Amino acid sequence: MGTAEGKEVIVRFEGVGLKYPAGPEILDDVSFELEDGAFHFLTGPSGAGKTTLLRLMYLAMRPTSGRITLFGDDTAKASRARLPALRRRIGVVFQDFRLLDHLSTFDNVALPLRIAGCHESDVREHVVDLLSWVGLEKHLEALPQALSGGQQQLVATARAVVGRPKLLICDEPTGNVDDHIAVRLMHLFQELNRLGTTVVVATHNRTLAGRIGHRRLRMEHGRLWMEHPKVPEQANGGSGAPRPTEAPAIEGIA
Amino acid sequence: MFGHRSDLALDRDPLDRFLPWLIAFMVYLAVLALAGVLVINDTAGRWERGLGSTLTVQIAPADSTEAAGARLRSALGVLRATPEVAHAEPIPESRIAALLEPWLGEVDAALDLPLPQLIDVQLKPGGDVDADDLAKRLAAAVPGAVLDDHRVWLDRLLRLIHTVEVLAGLILALIGLVIAGAVVYATRSGLAVHLDAIEVLHLIGAQDSYVARQFADRALALGLRGGVIGLLPGVATLVGIDQLAARLQGGPLPDLTLAPAHWVILAVLPIAVAVIAMLTARVTVMRNLASML
Repeated sequence: MGTAEGKEVIVRFEGVGLKYPAGPEILDDVSFELEDGAFHFLTGPSGAGKTTLLRLMYLAMRPTSGRITLFGDDTAKASRARLPALRRRIGVVFQDFRLLDHLSTFDNVALPLRIAGCHESDVREHVVDLLSWVGLEKHLEALPQALSGGQQQLVATARAVVGRPKLLICDEPTGNVDDHIAVRLMHLFQELNRLGTTVVVATHNRTLAGRIGHRRLRMEHGRLWMEHPKVPEQANGGSGAPRPTEAPAIEGIA
Repeated sequence: MFGHRSDLALDRDPLDRFLPWLIAFMVYLAVLALAGVLVINDTAGRWERGLGSTLTVQIAPADSTEAAGARLRSALGVLRATPEVAHAEPIPESRIAALLEPWLGEVDAALDLPLPQLIDVQLKPGGDVDADDLAKRLAAAVPGAVLDDHRVWLDRLLRLIHTVEVLAGLILALIGLVIAGAVVYATRSGLAVHLDAIEVLHLIGAQDSYVARQFADRALALGLRGGVIGLLPGVATLVGIDQLAARLQGGPLPDLTLAPAHWVILAVLPIAVAVIAMLTARVTVMRNLASML
């Protein structure tokens, strides 16, 4: 499955709607495509349906109408047994981190690799490399509750990217961190995008989205519009924050 | 198996503290029930082997000593001519009197009690004699001679033992069901407590079997711990009973000593219980997760 430019379509929503029983319509006739290697911001006010859209995208729920295709698989037709394989190709940074609070930083980040059946020596190597790269090498054994909000965000992000997902979905990844870490995270996402990962970042911070550039999807009242970006003010971390060094080499697990 | 790292904080579940003790109590009861079955089964086997190869011939009292002697000789003649019979010997009157002593007190042969004559018949190993045919031949040779192959008595005894065995089996099954039920309850409770973490694991790409294995490993460890805790007092109880029974050696009680093989079977009980707990937890998790996306 590809586009006119010949690129593979990673995500395709066709007339997708979501409505809770006896509740309001959260999403209404949403259609869009994300090509392989794309980087999109998803913006919109709180309550616009951004998180719901992302939840559908990372297979946490099914739509009440329409069709969602991920990596060429119609998710409505995919059996339950097929879903784990699809999910392993998706990295998710949850809005509330969703770290497992009894696991150390190391073990939280190692989860996707262990679930994928990676050898423990590879797990250690990749996780330590990645945590060093995001500056948490001194917190390998720390439990989430011993970390600051920003550090937890970094752990959640590291967990999402450690398996080199084909699609990275980030729900308000900068909502709990200061500008310095926010820009650092954005550069991490850009670096992964440069390495071939399709990235979707939901944020209500339009300033940050405008600063980084890239195409924008805008949600409002359950509907989606494509916005064309202005010329980035200071692309590539022009805020003065240090640009991350080259991302550590991590073998894909999908 | 026990070195498995768990992604879920299952060891914090309150039910995890209660489950091993319930399993321990159930295993204690199972040890006693199973030991009872093993002893009864062993005793029944010994009786069947012992009585199955013997016959008793009873000859009604005669009017005179000569007539009694003639009847005895005729009966012995018939018996010794039977190929399956290894040997046939009259039981002395003194021994008959001893057998009757519990009911009649000390019997004095001189009192002229009309005691029947008894012949103890030992069959050859594997000798499968046709008891009906032999009884007919005896009756033809010696009017009033009765052949007792103990079958009726033995059948009743075996039926009783079989009933006890079935009851003990039901008790063991019930114990297994109680353990399985407790594991199902604890597992469902654990699933509810860890639902959020399980959803995270799913969204990261974990299959149901990955989550189920964590619950199954935990149930196996708890089952084994509870099993061993229950086995130890069970064994102590059996040793105590064995020592009490030893003081009654020669009395009316059969031999209650457990054979080495029986101890091995009892030692396997905690492992069996742990495996039941593990499989139950796994099936419970797989069924419950099937309803999740």
